[in-house]
Formats: sequence, structure tokens, C-alpha cells
Amino acid sequence: MMLGFDPAKVGFFFEVLASGLLSGILYALVALGFVLIFKASGVFNFAQGAMVLVAGLALVRALGWLETQVPFWLALMLAIAFSGALMTGIAWAVERFALRKLVNQTALTLFMATIGITFVLEGLGQQIFGAQVYKLDIGLPRDSLFVLESVFDGGILLNQLDLWSAVLAALLVVALAVFFQKTQVGRALRAVADDHAAAQSVGIPLTRVWFIVWMVAGFVAIAAAAVWGSKVGVQFSLVYVALKALPVIIVGGLTSIPGAIVGGLLIGAGEKLAEVYLGPSVGGGIEHWFAYVVALLVLLVRPQGLFGDRIIERI
Amino acid sequence: MFYREAGHFHDKYRDEMAIFQIREDRIGIRLLLIAAFVAVPLLHAAGVPPFAGDYLFSAVLTPLLILATAAIGLNLLVGYCGQISLGAGAFMGVGAYAAYNVSVHLPGLPLLATFLLAGAASAVVGLVFGIPSLRIKGLYLAVATLAAQFFLDWAFLRVGWITNYSASGSVTAPPLVIAGWHVDSPVERYLLVLAVAAIVALGAANLVRGNLGRQWMAIRDMDIAAEIIGIRPMQSKLTAFAISSFILGLAGALWAFVNLRAWEPYAFSIDRSFQLLFIVIIGGLGSIIGCFLGAAFIWLLPLAVEGIPRWLSIPIAADAAANLTLGVFGALILITLIFEPHGLARIWAIMKHKLRRWPFPY
Amino acid sequence: MKNPTTKLSMLLAAALLALPVAARGEENGQFIPVLSYRTGPFAPNGIPWANGIVDYFELINQRDGGINGVKIIYEECETGYATDRGVECYERLKNKGPTGAAFVNPLSTGITFALTEKAPVDKIPLITAGFGRSESKDGSVFTWNFPLIGTYWTAADVAVQYIAKEFGGPDKLKGRKIVLLYHDSPFGKEPIPVLEALAKKYDFQLTLIPVANPGVEQKSQWLQIRQLRPDYVVMWGWGVMNPTAIQEAANVNFPREKMLGFWFAGAEPDVVPAGAQAVGYKALMLQHGAGRARVHDDLDKYVYGKGFGKSNHTDSSGVLFNRGMVGAMLGVEGIRTAMAKFGNKPLTGEQVRWGIEHLALDENRLKELGFEGMISPIKISCSDHEGSHTSRIQQWDGKQWKVISDWYTADETMLAPMLKDAAGRYAKEKGITPRDCSKES
Repeated sequence: MMLGFDPAKVGFFFEVLASGLLSGILYALVALGFVLIFKASGVFNFAQGAMVLVAGLALVRALGWLETQVPFWLALMLAIAFSGALMTGIAWAVERFALRKLVNQTALTLFMATIGITFVLEGLGQQIFGAQVYKLDIGLPRDSLFVLESVFDGGILLNQLDLWSAVLAALLVVALAVFFQKTQVGRALRAVADDHAAAQSVGIPLTRVWFIVWMVAGFVAIAAAAVWGSKVGVQFSLVYVALKALPVIIVGGLTSIPGAIVGGLLIGAGEKLAEVYLGPSVGGGIEHWFAYVVALLVLLVRPQGLFGDRIIERI
Repeated sequence: MFYREAGHFHDKYRDEMAIFQIREDRIGIRLLLIAAFVAVPLLHAAGVPPFAGDYLFSAVLTPLLILATAAIGLNLLVGYCGQISLGAGAFMGVGAYAAYNVSVHLPGLPLLATFLLAGAASAVVGLVFGIPSLRIKGLYLAVATLAAQFFLDWAFLRVGWITNYSASGSVTAPPLVIAGWHVDSPVERYLLVLAVAAIVALGAANLVRGNLGRQWMAIRDMDIAAEIIGIRPMQSKLTAFAISSFILGLAGALWAFVNLRAWEPYAFSIDRSFQLLFIVIIGGLGSIIGCFLGAAFIWLLPLAVEGIPRWLSIPIAADAAANLTLGVFGALILITLIFEPHGLARIWAIMKHKLRRWPFPY
Repeated sequence: MKNPTTKLSMLLAAALLALPVAARGEENGQFIPVLSYRTGPFAPNGIPWANGIVDYFELINQRDGGINGVKIIYEECETGYATDRGVECYERLKNKGPTGAAFVNPLSTGITFALTEKAPVDKIPLITAGFGRSESKDGSVFTWNFPLIGTYWTAADVAVQYIAKEFGGPDKLKGRKIVLLYHDSPFGKEPIPVLEALAKKYDFQLTLIPVANPGVEQKSQWLQIRQLRPDYVVMWGWGVMNPTAIQEAANVNFPREKMLGFWFAGAEPDVVPAGAQAVGYKALMLQHGAGRARVHDDLDKYVYGKGFGKSNHTDSSGVLFNRGMVGAMLGVEGIRTAMAKFGNKPLTGEQVRWGIEHLALDENRLKELGFEGMISPIKISCSDHEGSHTSRIQQWDGKQWKVISDWYTADETMLAPMLKDAAGRYAKEKGITPRDCSKES
């Protein structure tokens, strides 16, 4: 490719790379929710996918009804508020009825508990809001852009929806960083993440911190649902987006918020390049497992992920 | 009252090491096996409900026993050796497709040999995917085993010879014949599966109280200490992966040949892996009997949630029932974890213990 | 180690489940199980499809008092599109009612594969209108399978015929690039043999691009398509894969008019989420499309008007609702045909199988039934379990599907030998001696 410089081929390479990076940011949006909860409570929250589904269903159903009653911008605000209230309620219920009773259990038990929560959310979500596919349009542009058309034939394709999601993700990361570094609650969260027992002994209420962190993860789920829902419609398949986020957090490290973004970029770019350049020679469809292979390779070098807290222990 | 250790005196080491140390347990398990192998088929023949008809055998007992067998395989790895795996479904798939390939290319081979080869193929694959466990552990390892799951899912669809170049990638099982015995009726299938489950359970119970099992448990409880007392972690972990995958492969072959009869790769998707992990955790990590309890719980609960309103003649729409099942299922997982994190096997053990002390509790 | 209590509780639970079947007094009527999925990833498609089936049964009961006076008793069972749940549903329902299940319509290719092995033993016909195994059209081998009014192979052939016509004739296909974008599962891989044969015949370049289930992310596939610049994309998708693909097509500026979905990628849930970007997208029709016929008026009058039914006036004219209704109608008419021979009473699966195999609906009969214009006349025989091999093309205009083509008929001269070959291979594998269709009456 580099030998005979073919602008079309180089352009295509950058196009694949760019769309891979943007997809990665979309994965990272979901991954952020995982990281938040793992950081503060050591729970590997399998329910993040179901939370995205419920958040999306609440948003789209409320918006659909409100649109007919009030102007669009107000309806959107109210729908987001409704969805946020629901996620807060879920966070409260999760903490009150599940986590509080599972203090001191093993990581595996907590992981299983979140799978139980997944089923409850999926069942109730579908029962209350319906299992149809709902179109979500919150005004995000969906057209494509072509940049650098003078350099490459046909330009490089970028999707506006993806770009807006990248902006949204960046804003979220900044907001979360400020929240963690500057606010009192955020400091409490970090203290809990460092050492549960020590934090409790200086008077930080563990249960309230857990509630807050699940609530924040719920808000992140709303953002993820808004973006993914605009992309594929709000429907049950949104829960599968969580499976795409797993290798992302493994690469980035379970406890690092910037790690989620960097992991997303790596996985997104890696899997797209693999699918486009390696896929055709083996029949295609490889990106799904390739992401996990990338994650595995990273783990073999750094068992705690790129940015994860180093746990000093022998295996 | 009769269920006592008092009065049983072991005068041989082999008595000390017996799986069932209490006489009532030994009688109980014999009665149970007789009931399962002889009485149930007889009741079926006599047409006593619910044993009459096929439903109980082909839709309840057969899948349940196969899942329990698979869960034993997974439990050896997760419960005894402490290596979390989310790829169990894929290893079942390896067994199923290996058995299919053996039956296509070596048609003369006896069915039991086919099943053993299927297990062996799965063991080899399991060994390969077990290698990362030497470097990573815990949840990171769990996600690494997902790589195995998704890679194998893809391979079943994409690699032609696995499905003998079937255009659609869907394959069908050959007729089941064991030494001239045509395993056709649901009851015969149930008996075949029951026999395999019983043998695997017995084998696993013996394995975990032997040298290898103790090595695994040492690794699980504290790997560094285990290494210091002379256990080689690499060997133990890899044997755990291999033996676990062997049983999973065997169960996969049964699932494909006896239960589904025709299947597509989707039958061994990640959902199956999660299902097996639920069985193991709800049943009880590090417990053989827990695998059966967990499988019964997981398989019967949805049927019960759907069946009870129907039984009480409460009209309930199919979709509401399905959502209710999901919700109740999730809630019950939570309740089980909250009230007995060690699973149903622990509840069972407590019950037995209480019975032994009765009527004089502490 | 099983122990007494486990086993006992298992049996108790099983007894509880079995009791309702035994205890409830059986109504007299023809029992038809409905395997459906109203939850899970494929629910958006499964709900209207199942509604069409049960509402048609309800119509027959409310309007006609049943089939020739024999009431239809139906029961839904949720499969969630999972094969093992589907098999459990089948086992639970196959012996219900006075005569057992009349026929089973599994609504899923995966479940169809599993039930194909079970149906001959239980003597229950499988109706798989528009899906399932393509080679099961050969009734001499697949006695119990009925892929009525269209198989995947028919669809593949018609798709290529339509594309050829767009270019101005089959000879114009030479050197063209066609992409098959398919759901990576047996369902999606079914058309590949036919398309490959056609590619050889007409000398066009066929590129196969799989999409891993469920298909929420298809960037790399569409970048490949953008680079390849094909003349047409044929899409074999199901569920969330379809709207995602349409949207990604828009993203890479691939004209939607050059996209041809097959008939499970051509319903409202496939295009609505993609919004304005889906305008111009085309899809094959399983003969029928969206819209109303006389039977819908009857539905309003006898079912919805009386407060029965799962759907309602507005939702009952969608593509998938109509698909459910057509499938149910074909089953009901099969039973009616069998009643002409065996009498007006609940029939066994074996008798219903005879009826479906002798089902013949001409224009007049379709008009009587209120299905005029929805499907073309159909005639089933021992050697042809499909009955008619036609399809049309529809296009989404942003609000509704518009029929944009005439009827195309699949090229039997090409498909027949392929079918014979595939069915023969299955017969050999299973040790089935094909029936001699010339001797069947």
C-alpha cells in the first residue's frame, strides 16, 4: 500500500480508521457505565446493557407521548427528566434491595446478582414500555460528511451522528472528571473506591455512595441510549451493545474512566481494520471475536488493562 | 430419628473415604437410582400421570439431565478450581460438532466411542483456551473466555468442514444406535442421558476427593500457598480446563444428538454459557449435587411461572407470562444470592445437618 | 449424585405442570398450537406476526363458528426465538386437544430445523410459509414439511430476476457486482447456493458479506460495500440488522433504490426506525404486502368490533400481520380440505397433512375468503409442497410500502435439480425412501 502510493487506498484506510475510532467512542459510552460502578463498588455490572434498554424505552415512550402535548424542546427536556427519575429509582431499588444485602460477598456473587437485576429490568421494561421497536429522534443529525475531498478521491466519510456522540462522550468524561475531582461526593466516591473499610471508618456512608454511583451510571445509560437509539431504534437489541463494551473496559482497565475512552478507540479501530482487511480472506464476520482477541492480547501483556489499577498479586 | 451417624463405626479406611458415609444416604441413593432407572419407566409404561406421554421425558427430564451433566463440567472449573469461564456453551458446541463429524466420517464407530471422541476434542480445545488462565484471573479471565465463545461461534458458521459443508450451516444427528439398541423413544433417550449423568456425577465426585481435586481446591483457595506446598499451578489449571471441557463436550454431544436432533450454532451461543453459569452458582459452587439442584431450578422455574397461572385458570397473555418469567427469574436469582450465597447445595446440606441433630438442635 | 428430595421436588413440579392438562375438561374442537415470540430481540417482528395468526383464528371462530362448525382451540407459547424453548413448547402442546396439534407453525428457521426431525415421528405437519428449509419443498422426502407460498430459494431467484430486469435483461448482468449482505446464521446462509449458481450462469460477481448476530454495528460491512461500489445489494436480514443496514447505507451514500431486502427484511419494523433514510428501499414480498383486503373488514366487524383479538384496526394491515394471517388461513384451509375427506370433526395431524397436501385455492376461492389480491392461486401436491413460486417487489415511500412490480415466477428449470439434489442428500443421510408421488392420490 505504501509502496505504490495509491491515494484511493490510503484514503480508504483512513476512512476505516476514522469510522472505527468513532464506533469505539460509541462503545465507550456504554463502557463508562461499567467503569463507574466497578470503580466505586467493585461490582462488575452486567446490567448496564439492560439499563441502557430501560433508559431508552423510558425516554422514547415519554417523548412520544409528550410530543403531542407540548413543544418539542420542552417534551425532550421532560422526557429526559422522566428517564432520569426512573434511573434514579432503579439505582435506589438496586442499592436498597440487592447491594446492601450483599456486602462482603465475592466478586462472582455480585456479578451474578447484577445478572439477576438484568432479568428483572428486561422483564419489567418490556412489560411496561412494550417490546416493539420505537423510532427515536432527538434532533441529532444523521447525515454523512465528506472531508479532505481534495486529498483523497471521494473524500473521507464521517458520520455526523457519530461525531455528535463523540462530542457527547467528551462532555461526559469532562463532567465525570470534574465530578470525581472537585465535588465532595466525588471525593467520597474515590475514597470508597480505594478502600471500602477505611472510607466507612472516616464516616462516609457506603450505601449512599453506592446509590449515587448507580444513579450516575443510569444517567450515562440515558446518554448511551439516546445515541444508540437514534442509530438503531429503541428496541431489545440495545442490551447487546453491552457485549461490545466488555472488551473495551478490559483493554482500558476496569477502573479507569480515560481507559474506557482509550480502550474504545483501540477496540473500535482494531476491529474495523481487521474486518475490512483480514475479514474477506477468512469469510468475514470476524470483528465480533477479534475485539476480544485484542483484549486478550492486551491482558497477556498487562493483566490489569492499560490504565487499570495495578493489583500486586502473584498468579 | 433414623438418620444418624451414631452407631456407625468405620473400621476400614475405605469406609472413611466413602462418598456416602451414612448408611441412610447409601440406601437413599440406591433407592433413588432404582426409582430413576426402573420405576419411572415402569410408571410410564403403566400410563400413570405425569409419567404417561412424552412431555415429561423429552421436554423436562432429558434436557434437565444434560444441563446438569454440563454443569458438573463447568463446576469442576469454576467451583473447584476457581477459574471463571463464560465459554462453556462454546465447548458444548465443540463436542456437538465433533460428534457430528465423527459420525459422518467414521460411520461404523460405536456411538459411545463417538461421544468419548467428542469429549476428547472439546478437551483439546479447552486446553488451548485455558492457557490465558496462567497469566490472568478473576473477571479479566471471565472476559477472556468470552473470546473463546465468540471465536468458536464464528468458526462453527464459517469453517466448512465443521458442518460437513452444509449449505446453511445447520446439521442433523444420525440415528442413535448403541450395540443394536435403537434409542428412539423419549423414555429410552431419558435412560441413556440418565446413565451418562450418573456416571459423570460419580466420576466427578471421585475426582474431586482425590489428589487432583484437592490440588484444584488448593489453587482456588490460595494459589500462592498451593504453589508453596508443591502444587504446580500450570498443570492443575490446565487439567481443570481439559477435564471440564471434556464433560462439557460430552454434554454438548448429548444436547445435539439426543435432545435437539438438528441444530444450528445458535444452540451453543453465549446464552447457553450464562445458563450453565447460573446453574452452577445457584446450585452451589463446588458441589456435585448442586449441579442437579441448580439445573432443576433453572429449567423448571420458567415452566412453573408459566404453568401456575394456567393451572389456576388465570388468563395471562403469552407475552406477559414471558416477561413475568424473566422478572421472577431475576428476582429469584437475587433472593437465592442474598439468602444463601453458597447456593441450593448449601441449603440441602443444612437440612441434612438439622435432620441429623433432630430432635436436639444446638 | 441425585438425592431423594431433589428428585421428588422435580417430579412434584412436573406433576404440577402436567396436572392442568389432565384435570381441565377438554373442549371439543380442533387444537392448533401457536409458537410465537413477543419478547426478546426479535419481538418487534414477532408480535405483529403472531397477532395475525391468533386474530385470524379468532375470526374463524367468531364469524363462522369454527372450521365447518368445528371450533378452533389455540394456545400461544412463547419461544423467545430460542430453539430449545421452541422444542419445549412443541412437546408441551403437541398432544393437546381431543386430537392433538393439527399443525405447527414455528415462526423460526432454527426451530423448524429441530422440529423437522420430530414431526414425522409425531405425525404433525409443519407449516413454514416463507421460511424454513428450502429443500423441504420436495414432499416426496419431506412428507411433513410445507414451506407454503415461497422458499428462500424462490426468493433468491426472483431477486436476481428483478435485478436483471432493472439492468435491462439477464444478459446485462454480465460483469455486474452484486453483494449479498446476510445475517450470519443458517437463516441468512440459505440463499447462498442459489445465488452462487446464478452468478455462474449469468457471469456476475457475487460478494458475500456476513453480519454477526444481532447486527447493531455494521460500519465495516458498509465501508467494504462503499469501496466495492456494487451495482446492487441484496439483503438477507432479520430483526435489528435491517434498520441498521439501511441507515449505514445512507451513511455511505449508497442509494437505497439499489438495495433489495428479501421478504423478512421488508416489513414496517425494518424501515420505520431508519426514518427518512429508508425512503426508496426495496424489498421482496412473500406474495402479500401491507394493506387491506376484504378479510380486514371482517376482522373489524367480528373480532375488533366485539373486543376480541390481539391487534386493532390500524395495526392489522401491516406486512407481518398479514403474513401471520395468510399462514393461518392456509392452515385452516388445509384442515377444511381434509374435512371434506374425513368429515367435519376434529382431525388428527396425519389427516390434516393429507388436507394440506391436497390444498388448492384458485382465484374464486381466494376471493370468497377475502384474500383477493394478497396471494396468487396455490396448489399443493406430493411433489411440490410450496404450491406457488411467485413474488413481487415493493418499495418504501417513507409512509407505506408500495408494490412496484408485477409477479415474478421462480425459474423451476434451474431450481428443481438443485432441490432434488439437496433433498436426495437429506434422504440418504436419514435413510428415508422417497415416496413415489405418481402413486399418491
